[in-house]
Amino acid sequence: MAPVLELRGITKHFGPVQALRGADFILEEGEIHALLGENGAGKSTLMGIAFGLIRPDAGQILVRGNPQQIRGPLDARQLGIGMVHQHFTSVPALTAAENIGLTAGWSVSPGKLYRRVRDLGEQTGLPIDPAVRAEDLPAVLKQRLEVLKALATDARILLLDEPSSVLSPAEAESLLTRIQSFRTRGMSAVLITHKLDEATRVADRVTVLRRGEVVHTGPASAEPPARLAALMIGAPGWAPQRASHSASAGEVRVRAQGLAVERSGPGGAPLREATFSARSGEVVGIAAVEGNGQRELLRALAGLLRPSRGELDVSTPVSFVPEDRTSEALIGEFTLAENLALSQGQGGAWVRGPWLDWGAVERRTEELLGEFSVRAPGPGTPAIALSGGNQQRMVLAAALERQPAVLVAENPTRGLDIKATAEIHARLREAAKQGVAVLFHSSDLDEVVELADRVLVVREGRVIELPEGATRQEIGARMLVEVSGAS
Amino acid sequence: MRAERTLPLISAVAAGIAVLALTLVATGHDPVVALGAMWRGAFGSWDTILSAVLPRSIPLIVIGLGIGLAFRAGALNIGAEGQFYAGAIAATWAGLHLNGWPAPLAIAALLTTSILAGVLWVAVPVLLRVRFGVLEVISTLLLNFVADALVSWMVQGPLQEAKRIYPQSDPIAASARLPQVPGTRLHLGLLLAIGLAVVLWVIYRRTLWGFQLRATGAGPLAAGIAGRIDTKKMLATALLLSGGIAGLAGGIEVSGVSYALFQSLSPGYGFTGIAVALLARLDPLGTIATGLLFAALEAGAGGLQREAGVPAVLVYLIEAVIIIVVLLSDTIARRRSHGRF
Repeated sequence: MAPVLELRGITKHFGPVQALRGADFILEEGEIHALLGENGAGKSTLMGIAFGLIRPDAGQILVRGNPQQIRGPLDARQLGIGMVHQHFTSVPALTAAENIGLTAGWSVSPGKLYRRVRDLGEQTGLPIDPAVRAEDLPAVLKQRLEVLKALATDARILLLDEPSSVLSPAEAESLLTRIQSFRTRGMSAVLITHKLDEATRVADRVTVLRRGEVVHTGPASAEPPARLAALMIGAPGWAPQRASHSASAGEVRVRAQGLAVERSGPGGAPLREATFSARSGEVVGIAAVEGNGQRELLRALAGLLRPSRGELDVSTPVSFVPEDRTSEALIGEFTLAENLALSQGQGGAWVRGPWLDWGAVERRTEELLGEFSVRAPGPGTPAIALSGGNQQRMVLAAALERQPAVLVAENPTRGLDIKATAEIHARLREAAKQGVAVLFHSSDLDEVVELADRVLVVREGRVIELPEGATRQEIGARMLVEVSGAS
Repeated sequence: MRAERTLPLISAVAAGIAVLALTLVATGHDPVVALGAMWRGAFGSWDTILSAVLPRSIPLIVIGLGIGLAFRAGALNIGAEGQFYAGAIAATWAGLHLNGWPAPLAIAALLTTSILAGVLWVAVPVLLRVRFGVLEVISTLLLNFVADALVSWMVQGPLQEAKRIYPQSDPIAASARLPQVPGTRLHLGLLLAIGLAVVLWVIYRRTLWGFQLRATGAGPLAAGIAGRIDTKKMLATALLLSGGIAGLAGGIEVSGVSYALFQSLSPGYGFTGIAVALLARLDPLGTIATGLLFAALEAGAGGLQREAGVPAVLVYLIEAVIIIVVLLSDTIARRRSHGRF
């Protein structure tokens, strides 16, 4: 019998980035198939194509052996494909029943709708109170609502994009058990995940994507987790070479002892235990898969989140380069000079008592534009008019202008081209050479390996210190799997 | 204001007048006669300018400055009407107790009381916002109705005149009244309004605090993260000051124009003030201009009704068209300027 879903030779470019390189994927009837890969490996893109959210550049989609054009989610639903997205897609102000009815196109009269939703809950073993507004549901029920929305459309093929990412381990466990039970009802499911234990426990088969290529497909039980981790991270040999660092580490600038930080907002994860230090002159890379508490760690270092437990000593001043340039680091409608003044606050050389000398701000901005080769007409240009690379050069210029003792950076090169990335790297190294303790996180493991003198891994809220000279494989393994005897 | 900013405003006024003229024709009025009456109502003589336009512009400018301050920090204070009344009530109460005080002291005491009352009136929304995250748009708006009821009770209860006939207060002490230009209704409040505008302009443009206030409104996340500003505190401070300024407008109105408290002391100054502030793009000096513009329109509306028999409310048509045109040209300009380097 033909597989229920087959993707053949799928290729997709986003601008200069090749997200998928001729990926093949086969989902058999009644199986749970885990799609594994690092951040940015192309998992979500591949399933987005199967659901009609993204158009492939090349390749073919077959549903039950028939070639299909899937132009949008409506086409996908008609073919019996349902998707559970990583982020909640419900209308917050509508009830659970209304959200389900909206997706499935059910009648809106409350009595009938509520009955249908209750029936659906019973049939699937995922009960939900139809009358509660989506925004008032706890995370686990919000996730359940997402699953119900997909099931309400009579989907026989379920695509689940990191369904457990916002759940506690116990909640995730029960959701996955439920999904397993769907098999007996003739359903098939793709489980997109970067959690190896999840994949090997629940799935019948696994496919591993790396940099847009399928590098492995096989039964889930055939390969040990360590081997799958190696496949996800890449074989030895093509790992990027570490630049030679002249790490002359000096005095301790950051010291964390038993540090814990509560999760920051939805999608965050608590930091449970961090004990480490960082010294003047070193670049410390923080490697973590999204949602393991690294964000909380960085923001606590930057002084934006308060520790809930433990001790944290950070030398001041601290500069912080946040992940989101356009909303957290810069005010788009403000000029570059105004943004520089904002970043320096009371400490700006142009502040005299309550007064601000804008002439001095503009002169300094002009100098920095030159020093950091920011391409902009002048200090009076609004920040939003700059390209991402030039914005980030300006953000870094402002961060270093504070003469920081510690520089904390979150994905400092996200979305930048190769040239801008290389420049930002050089600046961070230079800052370390000048005696700054640089701590940065990148969701790109290659970047961590390339740039860092020393690597910390954050996994499930715990910081693991890796010895100097740890290889990409060792780091990757620590990010993905529990290693017995790990501290 | 720079030319690029005044040009849309002027064309908006022209568009507003054109729409009014069309409406007049459609409703069977002679537009030439009616618009002439309107012009004479505002600028017909020195008397209309000094006694109708300028005095009316004072509460609009002061309230516009207060609303502008809150909006600049990203706090939507829609409750200036209520804060104005809180200030007016407090000013009346103070004014009734200031007999025998020397004039400068009496005036200072009355105005200070009105500021404090405005601050207190907005303190409730501030607390609700800071403690419970209740949106100030709603809480300040709703307190307007409470203020309205409070005035109503005051003029029939605690502050009613000794004769107990009309729902109004007794006149305040003569020494607590703002000096007037003899023979007109123009009072010292205009200088206070202009002075306040200049002070605010200097604060926004030249001080770190004023800059941080603008940053809090323009990019609250970046203000907190890149600028390390306590944005919650900044928001609260801006709202409190904004309420104080609106309260001051109530004090100035009692001390300079009405000399007493009565029910419809404000013909909606607190709401027109929002338009005044927005049209000036929250710029303090621009607020003087837009305050004068709206005062002239409303003075003209009086002439329209008296001379041409056209309902004065038709002038709101002009105000609405002006707001729409200016906001539209704003959006278009913003879209155009989003080119990248």
